[in-house]
Amino acid sequence: MSTVTEAPAPAPEDAPPEVRTPPLRKRLVPYWLLLPGIAWLLVFFAAPLVYQASTSLQTGSLEDGFRVTWHLATYWDALVQYWPQFVRSVLYAATATGLCLLLGYPLAYLIAFKAGRWRHLVMILVIAPFFTSFLIRTLAWKTILADGGPVVGALNALHVLDVTSWLGLTDGHRVLATPLAVVCGLTYNFLPFMVLPLYTSLERIDPRLHEAAGDLYARPATTFRRVTFPLSMPGVVAGTLLTFIPATGDYINAELLGSTDQKMIGNVIQSQFLRVLDYPTAAALSFLLMAAILAMVTFYIRKSGTEDLV
Amino acid sequence: MTKTASPQSGSGGDVRLRRISKTYGSFTAVHPLDLTVPAGSFFALLGASGCGKTTTLRMIAGLEDPSTGTVELSGEDVTALPPYKRHVNTVFQNYALFPHLDIFENVAFGLRRRGIKSVKKQVEEMLDLVQLGPMARRRPQQLSGGQQQRVAVARALINHPQVLLLDEPLGALDLKLRRQMQLELKRIQTEVGITFVHVTHDQEEAMTMADTVAVMNGGRVEQLGAPADLYENPATTFVANFLGTSNLIEAEVTGVDGDDLLLRAADRALRVPARRCPHAARTGDKLLAGVRPEKMALAHPDDAVPEAHNRLSGRIKDAAFIGVSTQYLLDVPGVGELAVYEQNIARDGRLVPGADVVAHWNGAHTFGLDAAQDISAGADVDEEAA
Repeated sequence: MSTVTEAPAPAPEDAPPEVRTPPLRKRLVPYWLLLPGIAWLLVFFAAPLVYQASTSLQTGSLEDGFRVTWHLATYWDALVQYWPQFVRSVLYAATATGLCLLLGYPLAYLIAFKAGRWRHLVMILVIAPFFTSFLIRTLAWKTILADGGPVVGALNALHVLDVTSWLGLTDGHRVLATPLAVVCGLTYNFLPFMVLPLYTSLERIDPRLHEAAGDLYARPATTFRRVTFPLSMPGVVAGTLLTFIPATGDYINAELLGSTDQKMIGNVIQSQFLRVLDYPTAAALSFLLMAAILAMVTFYIRKSGTEDLV
Repeated sequence: MTKTASPQSGSGGDVRLRRISKTYGSFTAVHPLDLTVPAGSFFALLGASGCGKTTTLRMIAGLEDPSTGTVELSGEDVTALPPYKRHVNTVFQNYALFPHLDIFENVAFGLRRRGIKSVKKQVEEMLDLVQLGPMARRRPQQLSGGQQQRVAVARALINHPQVLLLDEPLGALDLKLRRQMQLELKRIQTEVGITFVHVTHDQEEAMTMADTVAVMNGGRVEQLGAPADLYENPATTFVANFLGTSNLIEAEVTGVDGDDLLLRAADRALRVPARRCPHAARTGDKLLAGVRPEKMALAHPDDAVPEAHNRLSGRIKDAAFIGVSTQYLLDVPGVGELAVYEQNIARDGRLVPGADVVAHWNGAHTFGLDAAQDISAGADVDEEAA
């Protein structure tokens, strides 16, 4: 360094410590990053939502046009008329979610802890159905469960259908057009949404925690109950939500695999919009469904007490 | 509840490993090994990473099935028992605390699994023992490394195991905290009288804490004994180099004088007590004469050196002042490099790099090793422990 010839000017005694603010451009970066997402949500979520809300409060007919009249009775009428489909939707979706959990948990556990080098292959198999459209997969189930098909034949031979019919899940000697078919379809179609979050949360668990539990006198079953399962709760919650929410609103499975007796709320909304052309009722039903799901999900997350784990 | 050998025994049990080994495919992690850990002792398995010490520990815990051999705890063969039926507990490397449970429940885990209902008093006492009483309701993530380590110890100790297994328990701590925890663990062990089996790659840690140290290398126990014994009388070059530093000098036996063997190295005569040499050493045999750097002294060529001392002349290559001592590196023609540690009592201004000096030491402080070994085995494997 060169010699200093001038003494530096003494700093003013009571100069406030300099707080450096980052330049404006830097501070705006997070907002720029948010912009595309927010724009997308505004255009494709918020705007349609407002539009639907206004539709649900309109009265009129296709010929005379619809006008906002704040006719809240539409909601009440829709609820009174279609509550059975509401209840059925929740019931079917809940059953399918439960089945997904029963099928998906062991599968995710196997992939996470036992599959070893086959892990990625099994994961691909889980995701493989997504390579085909939802509609085509459901149509395929129609063939699989067809009357006189091998599945129904085998179930009949084993007298399984007698039991399910007695339970009210099937009707006589067929599977198609019964609650069983719809629930099976829902379970099949939403299973990957259960397996993926379960796998993610199980895979994160340090295997040494299993060893530690075993070392501290926990049998394998106790280790699962006290360590593995509680630690996988975020996955269980995420998986059940990702399965239950779309399953409640689904109409394809009931449409293709069920009969008029298995109509879910999604079928009602679809037909109100596209066949009956009663837009206010359809919009009101959509809002009721949304509210119901929100209420159930909130209750569920509170109950499962996983806020701090998620 | 789970049947365990003898619950709440209060004092430790012994561990007997008979011809125990572990192979993974074609790789042998542990060669057939016989080992007895006496009840109530503090036993250390010392070695570099990959030497089989952790595998041995895991076989005692039941976390690894031995390929051959048996594990006995207090005289009972537990080889076939799963971990949850063995009355041993482990302090895991990185602790493996349950993240979804608070400290209290972590510590109470073992008691609850054994069906003990009223755990409050015991857990609180244990948390006090490790000075974590006020932390009972925190989660492990909210604790520092040293605190987590103490929780791991408490969680294992509360079960009063016959044997406590510690797998590099202090590896994740900084040096100062490690020193403190070493003393702490030693105090706890003395207090509770449980048998401790401690796995470590840190030779200083092993020597500070353990009554008995087994030095492992390549899946075998190289030598077993009290720390001072291992240090003074290493049986192999690996032990001599791994445990502290040794100067190993290639020499040839030229004769016997009373209790001493006479050696010749670089045209210098050296003495080594015959009882500190391999039994079969005879005139004409090759031998490695070993001496610890701190047992040697440096003298200026003009100075007098005690007549009976072994001596080697060389030149100072390097000198490092480290406070309590100065560590010299000597170049000795025909022998190679020697390390000499001089206490900083009266520093001799003539001992600077480049100066010719005489290194000398009492012949009784020399040990002899079989020359048919790798002279530098174990010399550089311990870098990470520093």
